[in-house]
Amino acid sequence: MSGKLFVSGDEAVALAVRQAKPHVIAAYPITPQTIVVERLSDFVEDGSLESQYLYVESEHSAMCACLGASAIGARAFTATSSQGLLYMVEGLHYASGSRFPIVMMNANRSLAAPWSIYNDQRDSLSELECGWIQLYAENAQEAYDTILQAYRIAEDPAVMLPVMVNLDGFVLTHTYELIQMAEQEKVDAYIPYRNFCNKLDLEKPKATCITAGPPYNMEFRYQQHQATLRAAETIRAADREFNEHFGRSYGGLLETYRCEDADAVLVTLGSVAGTARCVVDAYREAGKKVGLLKIRCMRPFPAEETAAALKGAKAVGVLEKDVSFGFEGVVHTNVNSALKEWNVTVPTANYVGGLGGRSISKADIAGIFDGLLSGSLNASETAFVNLRRDICGA
Amino acid sequence: MTEIRWHGRGGLGAFTAARLLGAAVSLHEGKYALAFPSFGPERRGAPVFAYTRIDSKPITDRSEVVECDCAVVLDDTLFGDPVKSGLKPGATVIINTTKQAKDFPVDGVQVVTVDATGLALEILGRPITNVPLLGALAAATGITAVQSIEAAIDDQLAPKIREKNKILLNKTYQLVKEAL
Amino acid sequence: MERPKADLSYVVEALPLGPAFETGQLHDVSSGMRTFRPVIDTEKCVKCLRCFLVCPDGAIDKSGETLEIDYDYCKGCGVCRRACKPGAISMVKEAEV
Repeated sequence: MSGKLFVSGDEAVALAVRQAKPHVIAAYPITPQTIVVERLSDFVEDGSLESQYLYVESEHSAMCACLGASAIGARAFTATSSQGLLYMVEGLHYASGSRFPIVMMNANRSLAAPWSIYNDQRDSLSELECGWIQLYAENAQEAYDTILQAYRIAEDPAVMLPVMVNLDGFVLTHTYELIQMAEQEKVDAYIPYRNFCNKLDLEKPKATCITAGPPYNMEFRYQQHQATLRAAETIRAADREFNEHFGRSYGGLLETYRCEDADAVLVTLGSVAGTARCVVDAYREAGKKVGLLKIRCMRPFPAEETAAALKGAKAVGVLEKDVSFGFEGVVHTNVNSALKEWNVTVPTANYVGGLGGRSISKADIAGIFDGLLSGSLNASETAFVNLRRDICGA
Repeated sequence: MTEIRWHGRGGLGAFTAARLLGAAVSLHEGKYALAFPSFGPERRGAPVFAYTRIDSKPITDRSEVVECDCAVVLDDTLFGDPVKSGLKPGATVIINTTKQAKDFPVDGVQVVTVDATGLALEILGRPITNVPLLGALAAATGITAVQSIEAAIDDQLAPKIREKNKILLNKTYQLVKEAL
Repeated sequence: MERPKADLSYVVEALPLGPAFETGQLHDVSSGMRTFRPVIDTEKCVKCLRCFLVCPDGAIDKSGETLEIDYDYCKGCGVCRRACKPGAISMVKEAEV
């Protein structure tokens, strides 16, 4: 099963999961993730994937089934989106706290109310604190590759944490494009299944998800925090090794694109990074020094690398598809904190765009760069990109 | 970059056409393509759009298609402002209709008409017009080659409908080529 | 009786990876709160196991020839005596045993 295919982002995920050979798949369908679980159930039905597929009645049960599977050392996969992600939140904390290396695909979709099936990233970004490693893909190839990398990261004995792989709903999940498949033998060599170091064992019985009161609870939390920080090095290693096996790499936790000597840098994540590349190229051709910083991993957050990449810039814009109501976009908060921590002083501005599927055009991004280059940033106010001011009293 | 906009109705196969074109050029012509529907829920019979973006280098632009090089209309009752706007100068508009090109006036673009429904009924016995319109697109614009669409049909469509669709493809291609 | 005993000297030296612990790690005994202890008359006992089922501490052991009570964990609640139909269990004041 190698060669090139013309598939959607959802299909790319399903194909990668088939090659990762999870022992257990438990999922509940939700737009725009549905195609992932449809394809996986097809694969189990036609025998091309030997896995226990559990048709559960809800996302909460999907996550709980994955918890049980992972507890006994089974490689597990689930996929969800939006309201479904929120419905499994209790289980998300159980997974990370229990150090179960579950891999999940999340199709980034808006949250109700108002109800919307369209793309933004408020679902996953509202779950930064749930203890999962969070990766974001830019295109179908990166989605496919990141699913394979996710198992390499999650099951590393030094990490043992669940990983969420995020794809922008519709923009990525439903767009067909060319992907290069990996050869199965290489996938097997890249992510060989090995016994989880913390699995339940009939020979040496253990109680799992035990109570830990004040004398021990903080120590478990500290360990979890250290493991998540340590995961940064594993994510870099997973990307390097992936390059050795398959000849593709994504820079580990983040990618800088034409950032060297850039006066203005745009920080963003997910599929809109691709559109931003086009604008960066056009501006560079016109002699304007702009660059792109694509954050691939939100947890652990690459604070030092972010600060290093933005050190030389005169102005930084953070474009994100979420907002923490009453303050600003959470990516902006994270970037600013990283800059402060590493003593980098550069003006930053926050741009919230693409909420509920609103398109982000090249002209929108060009407008952001123009503002950053003009040297007259209004850093105190979060700008809503492409807002219909006439109808919302703005 | 070449951008094609497909105008259909839910269930007519506009997105399948967009996808077949993307597969034809990317898997069989060494180019790169993105094929995507107008996102969201789809009601059978409601107007829908689909898009194909084609380039000789990898495409990173994920924004909406603003202006296209070619618009393909699967149902002539959809002809109107959405078809006539967002066209690059010198664009081609291909319309499935029994009427003439002069019945669909658009300034500054080439209008090509073809009775894809009639041809599909004659050869497939069903009014499925995405493949003949791909033939018309190949003939009118040269965006892709008939051989590539044939290869894409082999990759993407169910075995039992492949051969008849290839006959339909070639016949439409010839008809449109001769009429130009 | 084959039951794990409390290891009163147990100290957590290294937390496991994630909150999963080997079973049988009992840090303390609960016998101190007992005023009356249940005593089984093995002549009357018919091994119906009602007491085994209702004991809230799982302190009744059925691995041997006769039922035995693990007095380290029996809190003396007397539920077993109430459940015992043949009247084989009597509650005896600790000091008088």
